[in-house]
Amino acid sequence: MEEITKNEVVEETQDSEVPHDKTVRLMSPTRMVVRRFFRSKLSIVGLIMVVGLFVFSFLGPLVYTEWGEIELDESGKTEYSISETTYTVDGVEYTIRQTTEKSLKDNFLAPPSSEHILGTDNEGYDIFVRLMYGGRISLIVSFIAVFLITILGVILGGISGYFGGAIDNIIMRLCDILICLPGIPILLIISTILDASGIDAKYRIYLLMIYLTFISWPGTARLVRGQILSLREQEYMVAAEAMGFSTSRKIFKHLVPNVMPQLIVQMSLSLGSMILYEATLSYLNLGVKAPYAAWGTMINIISTNQNILQNHLNVWVPAGICIVIAVLGFNFIGDGLRDALDPKARR
Amino acid sequence: MADEKLTQQVDQEAILEVRNLRKCFPIKKTMTGKVTQELIAVDNVSFKLMPGETLGIVGESGCGKTTLGRTILKLHESNGGQIFFDGQDITNLKSSQMREIRKKMQIIFQDPYSSLPPRSTVGGILSEPVEVHKIVPKSEIKDYVLDLMDKCGLRDYYYERYPHEFSGGQRQRICIARALSVNPKLVICDEPVSALDVSIQAQIINLLKKLQQEMNLTYLFISHDLSVVKFISDKIGVMYLGSMVEFGTKEDIFANPLHPYTQALFSAIPQPDPDLKMNRIILKGDIPSPANPPKGCRFHTRCPKAMDICSEITPEYRDFGNGHCAACHLLNEE
Repeated sequence: MEEITKNEVVEETQDSEVPHDKTVRLMSPTRMVVRRFFRSKLSIVGLIMVVGLFVFSFLGPLVYTEWGEIELDESGKTEYSISETTYTVDGVEYTIRQTTEKSLKDNFLAPPSSEHILGTDNEGYDIFVRLMYGGRISLIVSFIAVFLITILGVILGGISGYFGGAIDNIIMRLCDILICLPGIPILLIISTILDASGIDAKYRIYLLMIYLTFISWPGTARLVRGQILSLREQEYMVAAEAMGFSTSRKIFKHLVPNVMPQLIVQMSLSLGSMILYEATLSYLNLGVKAPYAAWGTMINIISTNQNILQNHLNVWVPAGICIVIAVLGFNFIGDGLRDALDPKARR
Repeated sequence: MADEKLTQQVDQEAILEVRNLRKCFPIKKTMTGKVTQELIAVDNVSFKLMPGETLGIVGESGCGKTTLGRTILKLHESNGGQIFFDGQDITNLKSSQMREIRKKMQIIFQDPYSSLPPRSTVGGILSEPVEVHKIVPKSEIKDYVLDLMDKCGLRDYYYERYPHEFSGGQRQRICIARALSVNPKLVICDEPVSALDVSIQAQIINLLKKLQQEMNLTYLFISHDLSVVKFISDKIGVMYLGSMVEFGTKEDIFANPLHPYTQALFSAIPQPDPDLKMNRIILKGDIPSPANPPKGCRFHTRCPKAMDICSEITPEYRDFGNGHCAACHLLNEE
């Protein structure tokens, strides 16, 4: 606000010979957005959460190399089972305590210790390390999906909004159809097909994300179309037309930069929802499959054993917390950006 | 007469000649895209404009002034008539062919707030057209733009600034600089001062006059403010409901308005003398809808001197000497 007032003062005195006040800093719209973004505490919190998760997932495995993603702790585990039998013979009570010692190959369901920061899961994998690798999958997959959604959405929405007419009608009806498709049932079908076709468990999640992109782009396309419809009628677009600029210059130099704010907000919000989607898929055993780690698969372990749900919180709670942090973080950033990009908000 | 004009040779001296220009907007369409009802925004408008002149177009809101300006620039496709620019018929040029001509005819918009792209700097806004049309070599663009900014009363350090940092008057100067950046011959000023307050209006009008002399520009000045038009124009065209009702030199029109609408319009100019008794001609009713214009003379529903013939036959647009044209039955009788 301060800068703007100063500028206006400079304008009013323009006819008197006041030298250019160098202290009046230039504020580009982008810089103003950055400033407003960092003025909000919530968006800083969001940024810290997301950056933290990135560092944890991508740098973590390089620093903490004790265990690998699919490296079993084969240090062995001795399981004791104690059975007691009590007999009463002539008023005297005899208790026979029988201890069976069973040696197992894998050290599974170990409690948190210095060796395993968060313990091990039901197979003997290190949970802390798998959290990092799971984060990699979640973040990469959601970024790829959002990137694809945005590209598809901008191209199709842009064409639809700029040219209008029959093309607009075709693309928008296609959007309507895709929005009507029920996502999860079709995912189940595709997953079964993928199972049958024997595609490597590592890659199926990417295929599923491509499918998610395919059903999610209509949202972005509609947003871009709406924006371009309103921007196209702005007088500066008429001015660009009157200047004799080419169509591609008008679209890419004048329209797209003005759609970017809404697009960035949409992207950061859909990053959160893509992470949720990925987690849901993995939880339902449609996404990343064992032995590879994903946050969803790690939570899915509880379905194998009731005991883990009650007594081994260290196995599944951390993955849940990671999902919450990621989604919250992206939503905070999205909200912060939306406020920062709102031209009417001057503070 | 309109029909005679069609057969006339193109006046090579005129920078702009418009013959029987017509522009309709569709209101209702059938499923197959056939237009069943249309709004006639500009109907049968003809005039000629010589280089260096200023033509003021006046009329009420919604009478088609802006549409006329934009149709001449081919920002709207015309639905009839011809437009000659510099002796060349541009009516049916494709948009790719128009691109070369666009740099010779420019437009200044009414609203200086929405007509500048919000995400470019002033320098960017002004150099882009120079670059696209290759007005000067690349290395000289910045000097050229700074020189232009100086001409338009913009300081050189505004170069790096964004439009949102400026007031309305400054923004309008930027718009003027942008329009002039490609060295146009004809500038269509679409109510360039009506969004500004009076003191700034005077500055902008004086700037436009100064630039006209320096750069030998021709203006088509659209406004509803008669005093502004009177100040800047050489010729004046009065529009009512899409058609030109009177056209002539400023002196002729102000001294001897022929059409009853022009007379009513001029009687509404406020006089700065409180003791002067104004003979206002008050028009009754509202301007009729251009989607359903009255038969005959379009003005007859509100004309204080309407006769029977007015509601039946459209009056001819005739020259009454010295290029002073008007369309009214009253004049034919005399």
